[in-house]
Amino acid sequence: MISIFQNYGGTLLYGLGQTLLCSLIALVLSLIIGTFFALLEESPSKFARGIARVYIEIFRNIPLLVITMFFFVVFPLYVVKMNGFTAGTIGLTLYTSSFIAETVRAGIKSVDPGQMEGARANGLSFWQSMRYIVLPQAFRYVIPPLGNQFVNLVKNSSTLAFVGGFDLMYQGNVIASSSLQTIAAYSAIGVLYLVITLPISYYMRYLEKRLA
Amino acid sequence: MLQNFINAYSPDNLRYLFGGLGITLLVSVISIIGSFIIGAILGVIRYVKIKYVSAIVGVVIDVIRNLPLILILFFTYFGLPNLGVKPEIIPAAILAMTIFESTMLAEIVRSGIQAVDSGQMEGARANGLTYWQGLWYIVLPQALVKMIPAIVSQFISLVKDTSLATIILLPEMLFRSQIIYGQNTNYIIPMFVAIAAMYFVVCYLLSLLARHLEKRQA
Repeated sequence: MISIFQNYGGTLLYGLGQTLLCSLIALVLSLIIGTFFALLEESPSKFARGIARVYIEIFRNIPLLVITMFFFVVFPLYVVKMNGFTAGTIGLTLYTSSFIAETVRAGIKSVDPGQMEGARANGLSFWQSMRYIVLPQAFRYVIPPLGNQFVNLVKNSSTLAFVGGFDLMYQGNVIASSSLQTIAAYSAIGVLYLVITLPISYYMRYLEKRLA
Repeated sequence: MLQNFINAYSPDNLRYLFGGLGITLLVSVISIIGSFIIGAILGVIRYVKIKYVSAIVGVVIDVIRNLPLILILFFTYFGLPNLGVKPEIIPAAILAMTIFESTMLAEIVRSGIQAVDSGQMEGARANGLTYWQGLWYIVLPQALVKMIPAIVSQFISLVKDTSLATIILLPEMLFRSQIIYGQNTNYIIPMFVAIAAMYFVVCYLLSLLARHLEKRQA
C-alpha cells in the first residue's frame, strides 16, 4: 500500500481534490436548496407544501446513481452537454438536498412553537419570524445531522466514478488496473476516504452528546 | 416521442426490467436478513462492553460505515480473487451489501437497546435472571420493536444502493435498462422514466410503511 502512495501520489491527491471539491459544492448547494424546501414545507400555503413534498419524495426515493446517470446520459442528448464531474455534482446536490430538507424540517419542528407565536404576536411576518427567530435556533439542533449528511455526501461522491468524474474512486480504479495491486490500491483510497469521513463522524458524535 | 415510449415498453423489455427488479429485491432481502443477524450480534457486543472486544468491534464498525459502499463492492468483487476466492456476481453483491449494512444495523441495534428503560434490566436482575437472560428475554424483545422503523428505512437505502452494483455487472434494473437503451437510443428517456418509477414506487411504499410504524409507536 505504501508503494501505491509513493508511485501514484499525484493521481491520488488529484482524486482526493476532486472528491472534496464536488462534495463541498454539493454541500453548499444542497444546503441552500434543502433549506428552501424545508421552509416551503413549513409554509402556510398548501400549494407550496405540496410542491415541497413532491420534490423531497422524488429525490429521496430514487437512487443517486439513477439521478446522476440521467444527467450524464439524457441531458447531453436533449439539453446541454456536461462532463462527468458536473453531472455527478448535480446528481449529488439534488439527492442530498432532499435529505437536508428533511433534516432542517426536523430542526424547525424541534424549536418550541411558542417562539413562532411570540414572534408573530410581536408583529413579525411569518417569513420574518422564520428567518430571524426560528431558523437560527433550528440550525443549532441541525448541525450534527448535517455533519452526518456531509459524511454521506463524501461517500456518495464515489458515484462520480461511474461517469468519469476523476474522483478518488475513479483514480483508485485506474491505479488498480495499471499497478495490478488491486487490494493495495483500494486500501489506499479507503484510507484517504477515512481521513475525511472519520474525523467528521467522531466530531459530530461528540457534538450530539454535548447537545443532548 | 409517444411512439418511442410504446416501442420501448414492449412486453419483452418490461419482463426484462421486472426481472431486474426481482434481482434488486432478492439481493436486498437476503442482505438485510444477513446484516440484521450480523448487526444484532455486533450491536450487542458493542452494548455489553466486553473488554477489548467491544472496542475493536467499534473501530471496525466505524471504519466500514465511513467507507463508500462502492469501494466495498470493489473489494469483494475485484479484491477477493487476489486472495484466491472468486465469488460470482450475485453472491459478491450480497456479501458487499451485507458487510456494509451490518455495520449500519449494528448502530441501530445498539441505540435500540439503549432506548429501553434501564429499569427493565434492573427488574429482570432483581427477579433472579442472569444478565444474559435479562438481555435476551426482557431487553432485546422491547428493543426490537423500537428498531423496526429504522430497519425499514435502512432497507430503503439498501434497495437504492443495489443500483451501485451495476459497477460489478449485477443484472439489476439500472444495468438492464442500460442494455435496452444501448440497442436503441430512442429508448433512453422511456427507460429512465421506467426505472425511476419502479424504484420510486418500491421505496415510497416502504417509506410509508416506516412512517406508519413510527407513528404507531409514538
